[in-house]
Amino acid sequence: MATVELTFSALPAHVRTARLVATAIARRTGVEESLLDEVRLAVGEACSRAVEAHRAHCPGEPIRIELKDDSGRFEVTVSDQAPSDEIKQEQPLDLGMLSDSFMSGFGIAVIAGLADDVEVFPSPKGMRIRMSWPAARHVPTQA
Amino acid sequence: MDLKLDHHNEDRLTIVEVEGEIDVYTAPRLRELLIDLVNKGNFHLLVNMEKVDFLDSTGLGVLVGGLKRVRAHDGSLELVCTQERILKIFRITGLTKVFGIYASVDEAKEAHGKDK
Repeated sequence: MATVELTFSALPAHVRTARLVATAIARRTGVEESLLDEVRLAVGEACSRAVEAHRAHCPGEPIRIELKDDSGRFEVTVSDQAPSDEIKQEQPLDLGMLSDSFMSGFGIAVIAGLADDVEVFPSPKGMRIRMSWPAARHVPTQA
Repeated sequence: MDLKLDHHNEDRLTIVEVEGEIDVYTAPRLRELLIDLVNKGNFHLLVNMEKVDFLDSTGLGVLVGGLKRVRAHDGSLELVCTQERILKIFRITGLTKVFGIYASVDEAKEAHGKDK
């Protein structure tokens, strides 16, 4: 199936649009209804993280999402251009260390808890988060 | 859907009604409301999330920030939530151990009354 690509500027308001597009394509691709909430939340987390990273490092650069149906799986890749060399290691939950802005590393932990399959590729040139879910039924690509 | 916020006081408890989506775009409004309530001396907050359609980690961060603020005044921030889609994110992140989560406002009020 053809890949759908979406780019958006690093504004929080656009994250909702990205969630809606991803959920609509997931449904169209045949992802089970019971998994659509997970798709919506995981894509939202990945895009929120990317927006925050761009706002800190490169607010003028766009964020890119790629959505595709690949061999019976619905795959989403969110790519940003903000430098990210490492991922914070999981630490025991301690209210004292949490803050309003703790969501950066936390978002990836949430994605890992939601998506069926997740890979995170940090690099000095940006982070790429690839996640996928089973797409149970075949949907014709032509209307 | 956008975010709608309202609040009212019942005895010592301030009930915050939240409706809509709490995400990176809307969460700052909830943060401002919680900060404003604490600054005005409301240290026992009950956030009713029964009409919340969507919550992400940004929203969780705001709730945790609110909890830290009220605890600095020996206060409390508890939640009303029965929606599985919202409860799931609290479970994934381990925050069910941090927040008191009740099935209804009445249940929370009763528990809060016993703590007095």
